[in-house]
Amino acid sequence: MDRCLKMTTGQVSVKSNAVFELNLELYRKLYLIRRAEEKIQEHYSEDEMKTPMHMSMGAEAISAGVCHALGPESQVLGTYRSHALFLAKTGDTDDFFAEMYGKKTASLKGKGGSMHLCSPDYGFMITSAIVASAIPVAVGCAFANKQADNDKIVAVFFGDGAVDEGVFWESFNLACLMRLPILFVCEDNSLAVHTPKSMRHGYDSITDVLSNFDCLVWQKKTTDVEVIYIETHQLIEQIQAEQMPCFLHLHYYRYLEHVGINQDFDAGYRSRDEFEEWYKVDPIRLQRTKLKGLGYSEQDIRRLEKGIEEQINNSLTMAQNAPFVESSELYKGVLV
Amino acid sequence: MRQITYCQALNEAMTQEMERDLSVFVYGIGVSDHKKVFGTTDGLLERFGEERCFDTPLSEDTMAGFGLGAAINGMRPIHIHIRVDFLLLAMNQLANMISSCRYMSGEKLKAPLVIRAVIGRGWGQGSQHSKSMLSTFAHIPGLKVVLPTTPTDAKGLLISAIRDDGPVIFIEHRWLYWQEQEVPQEPFTVPIGQANIVRRGRDLTIVATSWMNVEAMKAAEILSREGVEIEIVDPRTISPLDDELIAESVNKTGHCIVADNDWLHCGFSAEVAAVVSEKCFDRLKSPVCRIGFAPTPCPTARHLEDEFYPNAKNIVRAIEKKLGLSETDLSTESFYSHTNRFKGPF
Repeated sequence: MDRCLKMTTGQVSVKSNAVFELNLELYRKLYLIRRAEEKIQEHYSEDEMKTPMHMSMGAEAISAGVCHALGPESQVLGTYRSHALFLAKTGDTDDFFAEMYGKKTASLKGKGGSMHLCSPDYGFMITSAIVASAIPVAVGCAFANKQADNDKIVAVFFGDGAVDEGVFWESFNLACLMRLPILFVCEDNSLAVHTPKSMRHGYDSITDVLSNFDCLVWQKKTTDVEVIYIETHQLIEQIQAEQMPCFLHLHYYRYLEHVGINQDFDAGYRSRDEFEEWYKVDPIRLQRTKLKGLGYSEQDIRRLEKGIEEQINNSLTMAQNAPFVESSELYKGVLV
Repeated sequence: MRQITYCQALNEAMTQEMERDLSVFVYGIGVSDHKKVFGTTDGLLERFGEERCFDTPLSEDTMAGFGLGAAINGMRPIHIHIRVDFLLLAMNQLANMISSCRYMSGEKLKAPLVIRAVIGRGWGQGSQHSKSMLSTFAHIPGLKVVLPTTPTDAKGLLISAIRDDGPVIFIEHRWLYWQEQEVPQEPFTVPIGQANIVRRGRDLTIVATSWMNVEAMKAAEILSREGVEIEIVDPRTISPLDDELIAESVNKTGHCIVADNDWLHCGFSAEVAAVVSEKCFDRLKSPVCRIGFAPTPCPTARHLEDEFYPNAKNIVRAIEKKLGLSETDLSTESFYSHTNRFKGPF
């Protein structure tokens, strides 16, 4: 931790300040993601957001920590479960809600929806609703960056289901072979829709298997966004120094059903007890408590949260009031 | 003007574009080995280095997605498959990612990506080394599908494909590789989406794809001696399709045969039949007739393979039937085969 903070501040005397700022920014990201999704839960039954919601709830610390370490120049690619990733990378709630409502004001103009978020101006390149399909695309992005010698890092996010796909192995092999600057972020919730790893994997540990490749491998079971940030920061330095890809294996608990806005502990495939255990270390609450430990008052935190609430409410209202794109838009953008 | 082969034309197009534009690179299984994809990648490794011409793992699906990633990050990849059949391993990337990338990104992303794939017909190539799959690719919105017949079209269309800001599937029949033609040395483009009248005639229109233009031309030459003049339209690109030129020709002749280098069922030939029905209904003197592969997997034994593929003879007989002519004596004709190569010119 000291190593990376010294890098950013240069002086030990401002270290505590830097820790404070870092944790505040991380909390800002976490809170924004959580509240944006809670806002979706609040309004989804109105049936105006006609797009299947694969919620990030429970996974926020991964996107927030990794994206903060990556910085704005990097590029990310994700999956159909990318609300957290989108908001962590772009912070653009106007665009986010406009696309959820399928409105003209969204940069995708209603052609993507929740499962296909995309915002290249922020380095949020592509997401895919076909498991693992963005992974080779990320490798190609990393190749282009390496050819351009632009020091950009690509991070591709995927679930533990993606490592069942052949294209994951092909892509990982290729990235190792070409020694590309890419971070593979496995967001492991132990479930592929409802199917546990024990029914899918003919091996115990994915990181053990992958450590035989020419790459860096790191894994952690934590909901502490600061830990994820610090470790990722160091891994990025290593990717650049050693010119090899990294597999970052992070565990989390999916709070809600595979698709939809509700809990599903009565479905029989997992227990509420498991959730309760994880919820004790909920990433947002954990970070909030940490801020208090760093001397931030309840009042200050509430002020910060209020600002974020206002941002989300404004974005939501704008999206609700925005027009739909003209029907002729259907035919635009198919061929160049 | 100097004459070059179709194969050399492809090589020249890539060489000139790689010289002109540093973002162009060539990759695929075997592109830099000693065989050089039938010679089409000859000299690229030596001239541009292994960063711009490289072999890959046997991972077609990933390598297709890799091309998309490089393309959205500003490069212009050319991905080569020595058989169309191998490209099928990348259908997920083609149908779910590459084709829809521009559309789903609200036009924020562009994917200038060329995928060259070779039709590997005979002898004995069998079911998994000889497919065309034209219609399968053309069915997907967002992909352009190009299949040049002549060396000039091969060069001009490949340069157009490389400069195109969207994904282009570029399908080459290897029996066309050895034909020679006068081809301009300077870089030039043939626009994607424009059909070509390969032969002018008044009596009947043949719409032929890829190799079937050669067979159609042979049939036309035979019947020309009998006083029948056939018009041959080569669509050159089937997505987007120049249906106007097809309709113009059929409205003139009143008869249409589609000779497709693919299966018929739900195929490009059915698409042409629909276009002709919509645009030429009042002028048609006979129903559209379709000629293509037998509705079977491609066999390997010579006599079965000959039965599987249609040739000029089938076209001649179809024309005679349509025009009410008696059967021409074909016993002295020599038809093209893997050993009796077509060497041009058109």
